[in-house]
Amino acid sequence: MESVARILQWIPKYDQLPELARIAIPLLISCLLVFALLALMVLFLVWLERKVSAHVQDRLGPMVVGGWHGWAQTLADALKLLLKEDIVPASADRMLFKTAPFVVFLGAFTAYVVVPFGASSFVTDLNIGILYIVAASSLSVVGIIMAGWASNNKYSLYGGMRAAAQIISYEIPAAMSIMTVVIYAGSLSMVDIVNAQKGGIQNWFIFRNPFIFLGFIIYFIASLAEVNRTPFDIPEAESELVAGFHTEYSGMRFAFFFLAEYANMYLVAAVATALFLGGWTQVLPASVAPQFLPGPILFLLKSLALIFLQMWVRWSLPRLRVDQLMYLSWKILLPISLVLILGAGWLAV
Amino acid sequence: MTLNMGPQHPSTHGVLRLELKTDGEIVADAIPHIGYLHRCFEKHAENIEYPGVIPFTDRMDYCAAMNMELGYVLAIEKLMDIRINNRVRCLRIIMAELGRIASHLIAAGTYGNDIGSFTPFLWCFRDRETILDLFEETCGARLLYNYNWIGGLMYDVKPGFEKKVLEFLDYFEPQVDNLNRLLSDNVIFIRRTAHVGILPPELAISYGVTGPNLRGSGVAFDVRRDEPYLGYEDFDFDVAVGKADYGPLGSCWDRYMVRIREVRESCKIVRQAIARLTPGDVHESVPKRVKPPAGEIYMRTECPRGELGYYIVSDGSTKPYRVKVKSPCFTVMSAFREVSRGAMIADIIAILGSFDIVLGEIDR
Repeated sequence: MESVARILQWIPKYDQLPELARIAIPLLISCLLVFALLALMVLFLVWLERKVSAHVQDRLGPMVVGGWHGWAQTLADALKLLLKEDIVPASADRMLFKTAPFVVFLGAFTAYVVVPFGASSFVTDLNIGILYIVAASSLSVVGIIMAGWASNNKYSLYGGMRAAAQIISYEIPAAMSIMTVVIYAGSLSMVDIVNAQKGGIQNWFIFRNPFIFLGFIIYFIASLAEVNRTPFDIPEAESELVAGFHTEYSGMRFAFFFLAEYANMYLVAAVATALFLGGWTQVLPASVAPQFLPGPILFLLKSLALIFLQMWVRWSLPRLRVDQLMYLSWKILLPISLVLILGAGWLAV
Repeated sequence: MTLNMGPQHPSTHGVLRLELKTDGEIVADAIPHIGYLHRCFEKHAENIEYPGVIPFTDRMDYCAAMNMELGYVLAIEKLMDIRINNRVRCLRIIMAELGRIASHLIAAGTYGNDIGSFTPFLWCFRDRETILDLFEETCGARLLYNYNWIGGLMYDVKPGFEKKVLEFLDYFEPQVDNLNRLLSDNVIFIRRTAHVGILPPELAISYGVTGPNLRGSGVAFDVRRDEPYLGYEDFDFDVAVGKADYGPLGSCWDRYMVRIREVRESCKIVRQAIARLTPGDVHESVPKRVKPPAGEIYMRTECPRGELGYYIVSDGSTKPYRVKVKSPCFTVMSAFREVSRGAMIADIIAILGSFDIVLGEIDR
């Protein structure tokens, strides 16, 4: 936001605008920028998912649309979804049914406000940044329950209920493992947390102490569950619940669920990058290697590596059952993460 | 809550309809409703000449059509007392065992899909593709072959067929280990299947369950060994049984694993059959006119999904008086309700997948 504001200074008579406009305009512009980048990112991720899954499964994946390795396939798909009929089931709760996709998407998008993509590329730096992300990203569960209920379909209802139980259970170990980092960084602000990891790979929190390393693993597992990906994709378990909470959705509303899913996926990867993998900071210290890669590119590369890991896991593992999922969260991940907080705190003092 | 699963549902393996009485995630009762794919096979067969029935048998279990027609032609040959030569015998065994491998690959792949892992599905289909190519090269069809004729075969195999089969087996046997690494030995997969859908041996026998589902319960009964046809008694193979490696005997994992073990045994049989292949004419004993003497015959063969029985009554004309099929999937489906009682919704799918049913054969 600050850098956008600095660019806007060049516009003549910008200083004469009222105070409110001088805050609102750069904020709006940076939000739109993040939104546009996010939409592009999702298009890319959908294509990547298809390619990764295809190569895992000994196929080629999309190869035709756009020429080079079917890069325009998602564009074509999005266009198709835009042109589709918007079907609302006769027995559905119309208002809830129509708003649910946007609530889900809102939850995914608002969290991006504080994600630091680079030293100066973020919308805003809240002093409770990470807390805000945890809070905002759980908004989407409200939308999922809305969708599940409003569809008036038993599979959707099951999907919605499962999603609610799952996301709430896994938020706790995820938040706990984030705490290990917060203890070390001494701040909840995303920018401060990344700044505390400057100076090369040995300063990244993941390699600072073993407790945070384990915390990273727990965060990764819990984040997979939070974004409903295999092996935790029970809310939309295809073989049981057809498509779970979005069974009845079609066209652009379905696309919004899809968009939100991939936006959430990138969000957890971005948060993990910022908290554990040093965010935009360089891999090697300045004394060892020249630092020619800009911060945002490094951030992108690190988060994409995590995304690839997510996809790899998705296309290799079967799905857990509901009770096993709960067991894993409450009886394994939660106790371990509590111990990790104690350990990290003990080492930090 | 009553949950109506199917007939249009991604994992009811066709058009099965399950009426689930659920209490949250627990299923109190699961009532299967069949008949959505009923095509009057048995009535059709009464109005068609004997050789014309063969294509209809293909369409019963479309995943293992070779084995379906084999049982029928063997029954008619027994009724007419036709002797077949060694080449026909070996080729039939090769085709039947390749068909079994292809069918078990579908079973394992779709089972992975039922449990939520999509990759094994495509790996299995990739390998099955090679078998279908071999079938296509031999008889021109990929799924419904009409290859076994009464008294012989439709065509002899093309030159180089044996080499291609051996090449495929050399490639395929390591792939089974790959599949085990990816799916069978996966901790999540074992947890999802090993304590689920227990079919104890006594229950399996009392319901008349056959084939891999029976052997999964630890009962070593295989028609190929215990009541040999086509000279299976000369071949060296083991009857794969469930060993309760990870849970109680007769669990979904045992049934799944029996199929994986059987695939290896089938590879062994195919290798032996290729070694014994002698030159000969596959049309040598094909009768000009199929007109069995009046009488009745019951012939059972080991199909990939269990014991398939044909009961054929002949009145001495060119059309069968009655053709009754004893379907292995139908019998196992009757045990479904008892096995699945008290399971969770996800388990219902796991149990159904482990039974490996094909609706075309249940409904006929």
